[in-house]
Amino acid sequence: MIEFVLDGRSRVATYMQLVVQVKQALRVGLLRPGDQLPKVREVAQALAINPNTVLKAYRELVLEGLAEGRPGVGTFVTGSLAGPSLANQAELRDELVAWLGRAEAAGMSDDDIAALIETTMRGARAPQDLA
Amino acid sequence: MELAVQTRGLGKRYGRTWAVQDCALELPAGRIAALVGPNGAGKTTLLHLLVGLLRPDAGEVRVFGRDPRDVLADIGFVAQDTPLYRDFTAAELVTMGARLNRRRWDAPLARDRLARLGIPPDKPVGKLSGGQRAQVALALALAKRPRLLLLDEPIASLDPLARREFMQTLMGAVAESETTVLLSSHLLADLERACDHLVVLQQSRVQLTGGVDELLDTHCSLVGPRAGSGSIAGVAEVVRASHTERQSTLLVRRGDGPIDPLWTEHGVTLEDVVLAYLAEAGARVPASAWEVPA
Repeated sequence: MIEFVLDGRSRVATYMQLVVQVKQALRVGLLRPGDQLPKVREVAQALAINPNTVLKAYRELVLEGLAEGRPGVGTFVTGSLAGPSLANQAELRDELVAWLGRAEAAGMSDDDIAALIETTMRGARAPQDLA
Repeated sequence: MELAVQTRGLGKRYGRTWAVQDCALELPAGRIAALVGPNGAGKTTLLHLLVGLLRPDAGEVRVFGRDPRDVLADIGFVAQDTPLYRDFTAAELVTMGARLNRRRWDAPLARDRLARLGIPPDKPVGKLSGGQRAQVALALALAKRPRLLLLDEPIASLDPLARREFMQTLMGAVAESETTVLLSSHLLADLERACDHLVVLQQSRVQLTGGVDELLDTHCSLVGPRAGSGSIAGVAEVVRASHTERQSTLLVRRGDGPIDPLWTEHGVTLEDVVLAYLAEAGARVPASAWEVPA
């Protein structure tokens, strides 16, 4: 089961934030086909949002073929977005956690870390893009 | 589409002053509607008309197609500052509610809610915190299993944590019933994620009303060369305009067809739309009234 969070400062529509979080969970294997999504009432209550917004998000997931509603039971994941890389992700994640520990020990803030990762990704990719 | 609330030409006068004037509203059943407007706009008067506490001086009001006084059993109402008998305990208020609402009263539901919120049953509600008192008032209103729930500034006097807890309880409760909700506030930000319908009231008149998604789809912001007074293709109405020497920024309601490509379109938030309507309707005193240059 996943827990939704909302970014209060984001201009992205609330229902879309929910859709994106489900997709991210599918991508990293946190959600798999057969898993149940949180009940509409639970999400509405936890986030203090309109229940219709949650319904709209779930309808969108159904339309994209990623979930299905089972009347009286709930909404279940049917599709997957996890690529073949999923098997390697656990190991990569462990290495990243260790690296984050070193970065923190070196006195880097969250913003420093995010900036370093972003610029490194841009820098490492740029030559390949040109090739 | 069933209408929970419908008003036509509705007006209420105190002496010579109209508190609500020429009010035309339609609130479809199942919506959660925000009634927003500055203090003194007429929000409380409108809610009192809907619940039959006031009789209209003009026009008519219908709740589920009938006079509000004929459907009182279907209406839950939490008045401003959640007035409760302060010497009574929450448990006693639940019992009292059963006596006063013989037709429908879900006491187990009320007790269950209050228990889950950790509200003491045996303490006079006057000794509870503001947030707890608001929760007691909400639990009592919900115990009626109302088809229409009216809340007058339910969170205005609460601290941020209690506000959130109140909205959480309300959204959870609405999700498991089919209750139509109309809640008033002078702050839109607190309600933006909770509401799918909007009524903007200012100076006793309805300035704007409709479904939130429709309102966002039909309004946009335009930036372009300084505009004259001529009409713009694809624009039905300019709600608000501000100008610099060379450039104009407009908040507009879309008309038919695409907007003149001379203008750059931007999306708007609900708050942008509401503030534009409120600012346009607001009364301004010229600077000369303060004897300073404009």
